[in-house]
Formats: sequence, structure tokens, C-alpha cells
Amino acid sequence: MSDKTNRRDFLGMSFAAVAAVGGAASLVGMKQAWDPLPSVLAAGFTKIDLAKIDLVPGKPQTFTWRGKPIFVLEKTADMENFDGDLVIGDKRYTISIGLCTHLGCIPAWKKDKWKCACHGGEFNSNGQQTFGPPPKPLNIPPFSVNGTVLTLGEEGEQSKAMMAARA
Amino acid sequence: MREIKILAIVVFFTGLLYWGVEPFAHSKLHPHVPAPDYTFKDVDGLKGLTGDATKGAESVAANCTACHSITAVGFPPVMDDATSAASYGVVPPDLSSAGKIYDANYLAAFIKDPAKAAKTAHKFEDGAAHPMPAYNWMQDQEIADIVAYLQSIAPKTMTNKEVYSDACQRCHSIKYGDFYGGSMAAKTPDANIKSYMGVIPPDLSQMIRSRSEGYLHEFINDPQKHLHGTAMPRVGLTQAAEDQVIGYLTEAGDSKKEQRESIRGPFLGYLVIFAIFAWLWKIKIWRQVH
Amino acid sequence: MAEIKESFFSAEGLEKRLAGKKFWKTMMTEYWIPKDINFLWAMGVVLATTFAILIISGIFLLMYYKPDTALAFDSVNYTIMQDVAYGWLFRHMHGVAASVVFLIIYIHMFTGIYYGSYKKGREMIWLSGMLLFVTFSAEGFSGYMLPWGQMSYWAAAVITNLFAGGSLEAWGLVEWIRGGFAVNDATLTRFFMLHVFLLPLVIIKLIVVHFYTLRIPHVNNQSSEDIDYDAEAEKYLAGNKKESKVIPFWPVFLSKDFAVLGIFLIFYFYLVFFNYNFAMDPVNFDPANPMKTPAHIYPEWYFLWSYETLRGPFFDMFGLKAGDIGLMIFGFAQIAFLIIPFIDRDPDILPAHKRPRFFIWFWIMIIDLLVLTVYGKLPPTGANAWVGFYATAVFLLLFASMPFVTKADAKARGAL
Repeated sequence: MSDKTNRRDFLGMSFAAVAAVGGAASLVGMKQAWDPLPSVLAAGFTKIDLAKIDLVPGKPQTFTWRGKPIFVLEKTADMENFDGDLVIGDKRYTISIGLCTHLGCIPAWKKDKWKCACHGGEFNSNGQQTFGPPPKPLNIPPFSVNGTVLTLGEEGEQSKAMMAARA
Repeated sequence: MREIKILAIVVFFTGLLYWGVEPFAHSKLHPHVPAPDYTFKDVDGLKGLTGDATKGAESVAANCTACHSITAVGFPPVMDDATSAASYGVVPPDLSSAGKIYDANYLAAFIKDPAKAAKTAHKFEDGAAHPMPAYNWMQDQEIADIVAYLQSIAPKTMTNKEVYSDACQRCHSIKYGDFYGGSMAAKTPDANIKSYMGVIPPDLSQMIRSRSEGYLHEFINDPQKHLHGTAMPRVGLTQAAEDQVIGYLTEAGDSKKEQRESIRGPFLGYLVIFAIFAWLWKIKIWRQVH
Repeated sequence: MAEIKESFFSAEGLEKRLAGKKFWKTMMTEYWIPKDINFLWAMGVVLATTFAILIISGIFLLMYYKPDTALAFDSVNYTIMQDVAYGWLFRHMHGVAASVVFLIIYIHMFTGIYYGSYKKGREMIWLSGMLLFVTFSAEGFSGYMLPWGQMSYWAAAVITNLFAGGSLEAWGLVEWIRGGFAVNDATLTRFFMLHVFLLPLVIIKLIVVHFYTLRIPHVNNQSSEDIDYDAEAEKYLAGNKKESKVIPFWPVFLSKDFAVLGIFLIFYFYLVFFNYNFAMDPVNFDPANPMKTPAHIYPEWYFLWSYETLRGPFFDMFGLKAGDIGLMIFGFAQIAFLIIPFIDRDPDILPAHKRPRFFIWFWIMIIDLLVLTVYGKLPPTGANAWVGFYATAVFLLLFASMPFVTKADAKARGAL
């Protein structure tokens, strides 16, 4: 009698375990269906050739990378040198993600600094926060440099160094 | 009695909540600006002079028709929109209706110094020039003659759409004006207007709903008031013409306004009747239990 | 099965198969509700009606709405609002109902808190109700994204950003939720799925649970008296309706519900036709532009109080960053009211006007939530930041103090 009960239990429990494994596998599959599509991930690399975009020193341009604005500023002679600058030849650049580090609004360039309309935060030409609520400097996108071509989306030596300098 | 007190408390707090979130907050978010000025007294225009339309006709033919078409009197456009946009940065307006829709004082000031009257001087620093030259070398009387001539050839009545087309459509598309046909796109191609203005001027399809009428009047009459530093020129519309532009924005963006306004009375009237019957039935049923 | 001899096509036959008369008695004519109630007791049916309005108007919107970032805005603001017959009316009804439902939820919720309807046997009703609040919040948030206006996009961007967890920087999680790096088409379509299918299903199931958990403890009453339902029901059925302390759900309770509903519908449709900007924010009539942040971003009014707790702490404290503190308080605020039955240490069920300290606690809560709401809309600069800070502190203190406040009342009464 007790043998029969044990065997039934064991079978019942094994059945429950098999069902649970199937359920867990389904959940993993469902989690993956929610993942960003491969085509969306692949579009995550943007190339910018600094030599070909007619950059005027002191007048930054905005590009899009992964749906975010990217500020590219070629520094003028008056703008101070900064460890976080991207140096290519004799030109110095500030490369930043154009989202205010307070709550994510896009600051606007006003002559010599970025000013955020949302709560008045300000960032200097190095991308450092100088006024108002932003807690950190503008973020730096991961990028690699090949000559004058930036590839946003892949981490390189320079972007690592810039992130360290701006921390 | 107690129920009335409870209702009063609920209504009070709901009202307080509504007031705080709507009128109060919005007054803080959107500070007050001065009312529109349709006399354009900040620029010197006609200076009280009356113009002679016949003399004005000669001046216009000599000075203006090189760039501006005037289809009303037989000066068709010399280039198509795309080519003129590429040449000037923006499509120059046809002048057939200018005398009707733009304020006379403003027109005189504009001819004298376009960037100053339009309040876009801040765009034309560092060597850039307004595509239309300033006629400040002209005598005031000649300018008054030109304005008089433009008024004489202008149509007596225009539809709302025609006013929009002449005053706004060179730069602003309004997709909903012809959703399936596409005829209400901006007359200046996107690439040209973007490099001329710095951005593509927004499509105005839903501007009547995203901004209030009061805001639109303040804005069109002087864009600098609400958007300091904007590239949009003050175009100098008369109040009547401005009303027509806003009328067109309503036709394209809130075309069901009339239906909404005519249904709402009877609809609410029905609900009042419904509520009366509901209360009468409630009183009847509850009489048994009180 | 006992064989049923009566024909399918007869009244007795159908009654034997479906037990319709029995069902009607159990659910309606012999479902007993206390007689000592006021119009606030009608909020449940008002909510059910508003939910029905949302579903029906939603069905018609669903026929024409296109869940695609390139098509969504025009499908709403041109096709539905200006092409479809009465499309504008369905859209106005849907938007205004989505906003008004929260007003009624808050009134319903605070009625429950005032009369102690979450205590002693009614905890499940309270919990299922608070879960409904959370689910309705998710439903409102997902729905607001769909017209793909500026507010739709930026509210989605800011709120999904929160899942990075402040200093935790869990951007992988944020990207997983969005289906991409930034809020994009995949985000729109999955929130469409949530809004139109999954969340309504969850809501309907929770409503069923909410109604079920109400049956056994019965509806509360104005003096929170513990009624002997069997005895009172007998009195009523014997014909002694005036002396009985109970009334049947149908027709007596529902007749009052319908009368209150009549007034509510006038108020609701007045908003639909005359005053709808609070529910359909004008900023959302600008098409979504990922490259241009609107000057002022704010959530719908019913989220403002908890949004303000996120912004309340604006300087670092106790070794934690301000942003992280705010995020923790915000997370707590979403579920805070769930714990009310368990931090109330008063063993008696009484209306607030019979619990003097709790009465004060209650009205401070109401005023604090109002202050948080209004300041949640204003820019958090200057003096506003300090008001937000203190109002958030008061909110936390109210929850921390509830066990002591309620115990003090009970002791003063001699119940503890």
C-alpha cells in the first residue's frame, strides 16, 4: 500500500517537474520575444566624418545616434583645453550625448554654452555642468576614432579616456 | 442634510484640485505677454501720407516685378517654386493680395526695411542678407504710392484658405487641409526652407488645438513675444486677415467644431431629463424603505 | 446529471437548465446592502459605468487607430477626429473618461479610508481595489502613449528612463522594456498590446475578484455598524422594509446608483463637450519629435502627486543621491496605500469622525496629496522645490505615524 502511494507521488512530482520545465522554457522564449529586434540593434552604429561635415568652430552640430541627439563641437581658440577633449591633429572637439543629465531634456547651444530650457541647467563647452540642477557632465557616447571618422556605438580608447576625464 | 454637506466637501476639494492643476499651474507655466498690436506702431510706416495708385503702378513695375509675381495684373511667376526657392532661399510671395491682407503701415515699413519690420534682423548678421533688399533710399511718398497701388489691385473678398495660402503657405505646410491630395504642402521645398530658416517650420495642421486662439493671435502678430529669437518673421497681417488665417486653421484642424457646438446643448438636455427620471424613480423606490 | 424533462423551449425548461431566477435572487433581489449609506456608496457603479464607457469608446477608436509611429498621430487627429462620423465624440469621451475615472477612483478610495472599509475582514476588497488602481494607472500610462504626440513620447521617455534605477544604471533593462535604445515603434506597439488587450483583461479579472471579496464581509455603512444580515434580511422579506437595516441590491441600492449616475453623466458630458483640455493636453496635439523636448513635460493630473515625490528630495542625504532617494519614494508611493489595513492598529471599525486623531490624520493626507499634485505640475525651481520637499516628507511621515495615531485613538476609547 505505501509502495503504491510513493510510486504515484514520485510520478506525480516528476510530471509536475516536466511541466515546470516546459513552463520555464516558454517564459524564456517569451522574454526573448520582448528583446529589441536585431535590425534595431544593428542600426546602433553611426559614422560621422569630422572632416566632411563643415564644422564651424564654436557652432556645434547635432547628429542622431540610437535615437539620441549627439552634440559635436569644434572648440574655438578661446575655449580652454580640457582633458576630456577629443584631439585630432590640431583641432579639439567636445563630443557629448545631447541630453541634460537632470531629467533628459535636450539643451540648446547659446553662444558659448549649452542651456537646458526645462529647469535652467547649463553645461560649458567641455560638457561639464556649471549651473542649475544637472548632477553630472553631459554623457559621452561610446565611440571609436579612425583618422577623422567617429564610429558611435563601439567603445574606443579615446571615448574611454574622455569618460574618465569627465567623471 | 448630511449628504449635502458631504457633497459640498467633495465638490470643494475637486474644484480646488482642478483650479490648482489647470488655471493656476498654467498661469505659472505661461507668463502673460502684452496684447497684440495691429497698428504696428513700433515701425515708421506710411507716416500719414496718402498714396497715388497710378504712380504706384509704375514704381512696382520698375522695382518689384523682377522677383515678385502679381498674377492679378498679368505678371506671372518667372520661375517655378522650386527654382525660385533655390535662388532666393524662399519663394517670394505673389503680391496680388498683399494690399488686402497686410496692414498698410506695416507694408510701407516692410518695403523700407524688410528685416526690421519683420523683426528678423537677428538672423541677418555676419554678412548674411535678407533676400529682399531694403528700399530705404526711396522717398516716403513713392512707398505710399506703392502701398496704394497694391491696395487697389487686391481682391475685395478672400476665402480663409486663400488668405492662408498667401500669408503662410510659402513656409508652413498644413497637411490636413488636403490630407489625401497633398496640395497644402509648403510652397518652398523642405531643403531650401531648412537652410533659409534653420529648421523646417512646423506643419500647422493641429496648431489650432495645441495653441489657444488667444496665443495664436499674440504669436502671429509678433512671434518674438512668445518665442524670443525665432526665425519666423512678423508678417504684418491685419486683424481681419489674421482672423481668417485662424479660421482656416480651424477648418483644417478642428473641422468638427460646428457639429460639436450644435450637438452639445440637446445632448446635455437629454441627460438632464434622464437624471430627473432617475431621481424620481429612486424617490419612489426608497419611499418604501425610509 | 439529473435528467431535465421540461423542453428547452419553455420557461420552466430554461429555468431548470440555467437557474436564472435563483441567480437573480442571489445577485440582485436578495443581495443585502446596508440602508445607512450616502451617495459616496454609488462610486462603485459610477466606476463600472465609466469603465464601460472606456471599453465601448475604445472599441470604436480601435477600428481606425494605427499603432505605427508614422501613422498613429494622423490616424487619431485626422481620421478619427475629423473623418469618422462622431469619431471626435468617441475620442473626447475616451480621453475625458480616462481622466475622470481617476477622480472617481480617488473619491472611492478615500471613502473607504474614511469609513474604515479596509479593516477587519475587508482587507481583500481593499487589496484588490488597490491592485485595480495600479493596473488602471498602467492602463492610463500606456493609453496616453498611443496618440504619439509630444507628451506621449516624452512622458514615455522620462518614465521608462526611471527603470534604469538611478545610480543602478540598468540601461539594459530600459532597452528591453522599450524594445530598442530610445522610445521607438516597438515601444508603441507593445504598449498598444498592453493597453488594448492584456491590461483590460487583468482589470476585468480584478473587478470580478473585487466583487467576489465584497460578498462575504458585505458592504460597509455610514456608522460602520456590524449588522446581522440574516436577521435584517428576514425582516425585509417579511414586509418590514422600513425597520430593516438592509436593502436589496436590486432595485433599491441600484435605484440610488442610477440617480447618482444621472448627475455624474451630466458632469462628465459637460467636460466632454465644453472643458476637455485638462484631459487632452494641448501639448499632445504637437506630433512627437524625439529631437525636441517641450518646454514643460508633466504627467496626467492623477500621477502628479507621486511624480512630485520623485522630485521632492532634491539634495543628497544619508549618503544617498537625491535622484535615488526620489526613485525609492516614488516606488513606495505606487503601492503605499496597499499597506493601510496592516498599519492601522485600531481594532474597531469606525468612521473617521469617531476617531479624533485619525480624523486629523485623514485631512492632513488629503491636503498633502493636493499640495503634491499642484506642485507636481509646476517647475521644481526656487520655492517650489522646498514645498515639494516638505510635502514629500509629510507624505512619508503620515505612513510612519499611522500605527501610533490609530493606537492612540483606540487607547483613548478604551478598546486597547
